[in-house]
Amino acid sequence: MKTIKDEKNNISLSRRRFLVGSVSGSLLMAFAPLLGATGLSQNAQQTLKDKLFSPTVWFEINPMGEININIARAEMGQHIGTALARVVADELGADWSKVSITHVDTDPKWGYMVTGGSWSVFQSFKPLSQAGAAGRIALIEAAAKILNCSVDECRVENGAVIGKDSAISFGDIVAKGTFNRTFTPEEIGNLPLKPASQRTLVGKSSSALDIPAKTNGSAVYGIDVELEGMVYARPIIPPTRYGSKIKAVDDSAAKKIKGYIGYHKLQDPSENLQGWIAVEADTYYGAIKAADAIKVSYQAGERAKVSEADILKEGERLVADKNEGGLFIDDGDFTAASEKAAKTIDAIYRTHTVLHFALEPVNATVEEKNGQWHIYTGNQWQSLTLPAIAKALQVTDEKVVMHQQYLGGGFGRRLFGDYAIPAVLTSKAIGKPVKMVFTREDDSGFDQPRSPSVVSFKASFDKTNKFTGMEHALAAGWPTLTMAPGFMPESLDKKIKIDMFSTSGADHWYSMDNHRVRAINNKLAQETILPGWLRSVGQGWIVWGLESFIDEIAHQAKADPIDFRLSMLDGLGKQAGKAPESVGGAKRLANVLTLLKKKVSTVKLAKNEAIGVAVSAGQEKTMPAWMACAAHVHVEPDSKKITVKKLTMMVDAGVIVHPDGALAQVQGSMLWGTSMALHEQSPIENGQVSKVNLNTYSPLRMNDVPELDIEFVDSKEFPVGLGEPGVVSIAPAIANAIFQITGVRVRDLPITSEAIKNA
Amino acid sequence: MIKFKLNGKEVTTTADANTPLLWIIRDELGFKGTKFGCGIGMCGACTLHLDGAAIRSCSFPLLGAENKNITTIEGLENNHPLQKTWIEEQVPQCGYCQSGQIMQAATLLASNPSPSDQEIVDHMSGNLCRCMAYVRIKSAIKNAADSMSAEVQTFDPRATTQQS
Repeated sequence: MKTIKDEKNNISLSRRRFLVGSVSGSLLMAFAPLLGATGLSQNAQQTLKDKLFSPTVWFEINPMGEININIARAEMGQHIGTALARVVADELGADWSKVSITHVDTDPKWGYMVTGGSWSVFQSFKPLSQAGAAGRIALIEAAAKILNCSVDECRVENGAVIGKDSAISFGDIVAKGTFNRTFTPEEIGNLPLKPASQRTLVGKSSSALDIPAKTNGSAVYGIDVELEGMVYARPIIPPTRYGSKIKAVDDSAAKKIKGYIGYHKLQDPSENLQGWIAVEADTYYGAIKAADAIKVSYQAGERAKVSEADILKEGERLVADKNEGGLFIDDGDFTAASEKAAKTIDAIYRTHTVLHFALEPVNATVEEKNGQWHIYTGNQWQSLTLPAIAKALQVTDEKVVMHQQYLGGGFGRRLFGDYAIPAVLTSKAIGKPVKMVFTREDDSGFDQPRSPSVVSFKASFDKTNKFTGMEHALAAGWPTLTMAPGFMPESLDKKIKIDMFSTSGADHWYSMDNHRVRAINNKLAQETILPGWLRSVGQGWIVWGLESFIDEIAHQAKADPIDFRLSMLDGLGKQAGKAPESVGGAKRLANVLTLLKKKVSTVKLAKNEAIGVAVSAGQEKTMPAWMACAAHVHVEPDSKKITVKKLTMMVDAGVIVHPDGALAQVQGSMLWGTSMALHEQSPIENGQVSKVNLNTYSPLRMNDVPELDIEFVDSKEFPVGLGEPGVVSIAPAIANAIFQITGVRVRDLPITSEAIKNA
Repeated sequence: MIKFKLNGKEVTTTADANTPLLWIIRDELGFKGTKFGCGIGMCGACTLHLDGAAIRSCSFPLLGAENKNITTIEGLENNHPLQKTWIEEQVPQCGYCQSGQIMQAATLLASNPSPSDQEIVDHMSGNLCRCMAYVRIKSAIKNAADSMSAEVQTFDPRATTQQS
């Protein structure tokens, strides 16, 4: 079973060589397959010239010494190009002021393209370091010849090779030397990489390359693209995600709208769109008004009456039925532990539907030119999206190129880019380039929302009130089941295939003698909405319940919640961690929690205040960012108004490649966690999300921002992803504080004052 | 035909007078820095200046701009102290809301060169940042205010508009 992470990690060093060659006056460097199906030339220069390489790592140096590094990852606010470029530039010994980045278009030879899961730095760190080191060695070898000295007498510094008594810049080496060098996989594996102490760029402060353009309006997002001769289009979203049929369309009122061109019913062979209409006009405002004026009657799909309560009720039924779902974890024997138990406690935790609400509404601008389709949009997972577009157009994948633009927010919504499909179908129908933009309401209505979730917990205790085991059952709509079913492994009991994104987090780092997890797909959710991957995905709703229930267990065991956690974070057995990604295992989680405990121990609490704690190790068991969060909360005694005064976070994410970018990700994700904990929900009504714009959907604003105190542990360990994990521990930390203040255990997200009042 | 000044230059349009100003600025006049977010004036991504006041152009009819001075993010010409502190503080993540954030903040500093934390929060809470870069937006505004008072000069958006 291949995971998406493995699929994307297409630079297996056992299969790749590294090429360094002079091409058109520049020095080009790239990984390439060892032997292609067509029998690749062994000549580095020719292979590079023919672009027969795998440019997931691909960079060039021109005679001016300017270095351009090609980035196959989507830029959506994480400054990923900067982080990846600094890894290469550091090993290369480059002058950072001469480094630029290019975000590449789709091309099959680029390899698997996906930006998500907080994987980018984690997966790229080693190959990028090796690529930089190989480039450095090639430059030194060429410089030694020019400078008439031995390779051993040369070193790189700030974009130049320093020889015995003279130096030469990278640009001059490129101008004077001819490169044609191949590193074998063995040579790549043995390249000397810099020790952390000698790094000049990685882990040092820097400015992100994409930021200046984002302060003066010049950054180009998908919504800013224009094509010659294009018409504007807006979709009319049908009443249900699936199965809606158009009965009649009346556009007589639209005909009075200035600029209205017409409408098309969209036939989608990929079946992502069912019952869609596109409205065309010569301005976008015309398309908005015309779509509002068109009257459509539908035969709505089967799930047109489904509500949030229906989905949650079904979830509760599923978690209670032991025959539903499949086993994800089965350590020890929970059945025996609970039969022997002197006491058991149980609880049900739920989360309600939430939206991505990326601020740039989804859009795509498209055209067909000489049989080739060009798609201009921002997208996180081109390797999933492109085949769906091709299928909708009934052309082969080679006939579709996606031109990557900046993403006005991703958060998982722009992984599967289904929003490009109505654009291409409209363009095909009208025979012209089309710019299709969704209004905010359209965007929300066509979101892939985070599914409502229900998780049941049961814990057992022996006669001495010692905790002996835990079981949880997770029920939700599964994003991967609909959008990428090929990436689902079998459950332990072989009963079903499991969406790992909807179980991640249940495989926690606590040592428990008896621990069982059952994962269940909520079919009603699956058939009503298209459940989406939403920043932090399963961890976001699973760890909400887990870290709240751990507090419940601690209280039952009459133990301090922090000490109780520490006692189970012993790093023994399967929790010992693995090299390189989780060296130290649970002990590193214990370390951040211990540091956090010390940090908040001196805080003076006012009346009606408390500090709640939770830990997390997102985004995956195989890529943990160790985090411990303390939420300092106030609850007003009468109104039960909840105020988060301060959030303190201790983070161990290994080596931090781009410290300021990492801090920005943790700041943003902690506030995302706060917003998800207290502010956001869009309950399903009549088969659709009900809160579709800011008059009813209310993400966190500046006036609700708590004080943030974030500390990174100085670590030399392997870098892991940070885009999402900061979200995870916030909600349970807040809930654990609320319990201490009020004695009320809140078990629904978002947490509301009403829930405390009504308890 | 409706006439107004955009970043100091006179422009005209024959578009329907009820068209929200946003679409004229972006699609007809080609200034793409001003963004479309919610369409109901509640996210602030479309914020620009009308005679120095911040308005939500997605919900503001073209007619209201007639004979007025309109300034967009491009009209600040990389000279505004906020644009400098925005880079120093590395504020933007995805960046989509930032034109609106900067235009909104500029009107605060124009009328209040040394705002308190609470005044910043009150002035900025209508602008949504979905990446939630709020901590940095706030500190960049404070730093810009500090740098402006250190130079003993204040920025008047109207003045820039008229000069250029």
